Amino acid sequence: MRPHILRLLLALTLCCSPVVFAQTPAAPSPSDRITKLESQVAQAQSSADNAWMLTSAALVLMMTGPGLALFYGGLVRKKNVLSTMMQSFAMMAIISVLWALTNYSLAFGQGTSFIGGLHNVFLRGVGLTPDPDYSATIPLQTFMIYQLMFAIITPALVTGAFAERMKFSAMALFLTLWSIIVYSPMAHMVWGKGGLLNASLGGRFPCLDFAGGTVVHVTSGVSALVCALYLGKRLGYPKEPTPPHSVVLSFIGACLLWVGWFGFNAGSALGSSPLATSAFVNTHFGAAAAALSWALAEWIRNGKPSALGAISGSVAGLVAITPAAGFVQPMSAIVIGLIAGFFCYFMVVKVKSWFGYDDSLDAFGVHGAGGTIGAILTGIFASSVINPIFKDTRTGAALPSGVIEGNWHQVFNQLIGVAIAWTISIVGTLILLKIVDLTIGLRVSSENEIEGLDLTQHGEEGYDYAS
Amino acid sequence: MQKIEAVIQPSKLDAVKDALVEIGIEGMTILEARGHGRQKGHTEFYRGREYTVDLLPKIKLEMVVPDELVDKAVHAISSSARTGKIGDGKIFLSKIDDAIRIRNDERGPSAL
Repeated sequence: MRPHILRLLLALTLCCSPVVFAQTPAAPSPSDRITKLESQVAQAQSSADNAWMLTSAALVLMMTGPGLALFYGGLVRKKNVLSTMMQSFAMMAIISVLWALTNYSLAFGQGTSFIGGLHNVFLRGVGLTPDPDYSATIPLQTFMIYQLMFAIITPALVTGAFAERMKFSAMALFLTLWSIIVYSPMAHMVWGKGGLLNASLGGRFPCLDFAGGTVVHVTSGVSALVCALYLGKRLGYPKEPTPPHSVVLSFIGACLLWVGWFGFNAGSALGSSPLATSAFVNTHFGAAAAALSWALAEWIRNGKPSALGAISGSVAGLVAITPAAGFVQPMSAIVIGLIAGFFCYFMVVKVKSWFGYDDSLDAFGVHGAGGTIGAILTGIFASSVINPIFKDTRTGAALPSGVIEGNWHQVFNQLIGVAIAWTISIVGTLILLKIVDLTIGLRVSSENEIEGLDLTQHGEEGYDYAS
Repeated sequence: MQKIEAVIQPSKLDAVKDALVEIGIEGMTILEARGHGRQKGHTEFYRGREYTVDLLPKIKLEMVVPDELVDKAVHAISSSARTGKIGDGKIFLSKIDDAIRIRNDERGPSAL
């Protein structure tokens, strides 16, 4: 053994020695050293940003599964728990594949001001080098996979409106088409290159939407309302009781949503920056304040603050703070949360019963209403101290962002964004529902609805007490 | 032999069981049940919708005892299950013709 090691050492020394000799004479010039240092700094920032963005992408996926699946699953009757959870999970599978094939390109590819083109279909040109238009420090694939998680949760949110009565096949077809016709254009308009409403890339009507108040919540919530109206009520609603079968499941789901939302909002800074901290802080305060105001409203009206009320409030606050997260001060976030909690409580408890529509799990009352009020409040509370999004084209100085800084015009831009989101959601959803209704039909038969969707759509049961 | 069926508040189960064991009752069957008498139910609110829950969780005990133990058993149950409020439950008595121990076909009170 020994002689072998000695020989190996000798060989290594001989191999390395020329390198050692070569290095001594030429000391690197200061400019070379600075260049090298700069590239190392850039690499370090890129590593930090990429780490946060990959973490954020995972957090946002966790919002759909298990977060939303549990939140919605607990709210239905126990004969529909699996079918409701399966609707969220189906989006994780279907939209992911669709995103790689076409939808990433339609949302984020170069195109018109309304929709992206087909340059990036099959993820062509979506590699590991950054695209500086979106984020200069993270690989474009990180950006792509992060945005995918938003595309997954948005249609999953819609499922709350037609829970307990839509065929699985109809749901899958409808939401696949919806992701192409409604989500992709809206995402392109607000976040895509050349988008009509894109505030950071010079859109025609710069609508401030940090993490998807219009793109995710207004579109899903308003489409949910259209679905609830088009499909009609569940059998027996509202005479027969349809209480949540497990507020415990919903509770766990809501807490996972809250944590996942840090990836949703703070991740939308697209880097591990101070802006991410700002969004993180605002997200948390918005959720907490809205949980308080919803529970308080219940306490005053019913004499008791309920667990379901508190968690519903926190989700409403998270929705409302989403567009504002990277634009406002923490105190504004608390105000936005308080308003959202009261407003969504009013929408869910009062307005729904006035009009009598059966938005089964309140997708409209929480996401549509919360997203709309949040988008408008963003125009009021946006602060250039937090995020100098508007700059003087000549001097580069920050211009006022929201109404509190004197930019009254921003509320108008926010309303344009909201109006476009409402319009595309109503028109797109109506057309798609009609198509699916005429081809494969939307609702399960009344026998199947009574028996439950778990058994009739999937051939299984959520709970087997006998075994 | 008589069968004693008692519907009681779930929170009183341990006290009732202890009282019955103390007077020498060796076997009983316990069922988790739902029901209501004059107490009716309560209301629950979920997102503003009001639901009336009229079937409340109860515990039902069943046991068959020799005639000489019936009065003592009834007293043990009623005194240990009583809170004095509406919803405390009820006790029902009925005659039993025979009892059979499956293990050895023993019959009558000695099978209890």
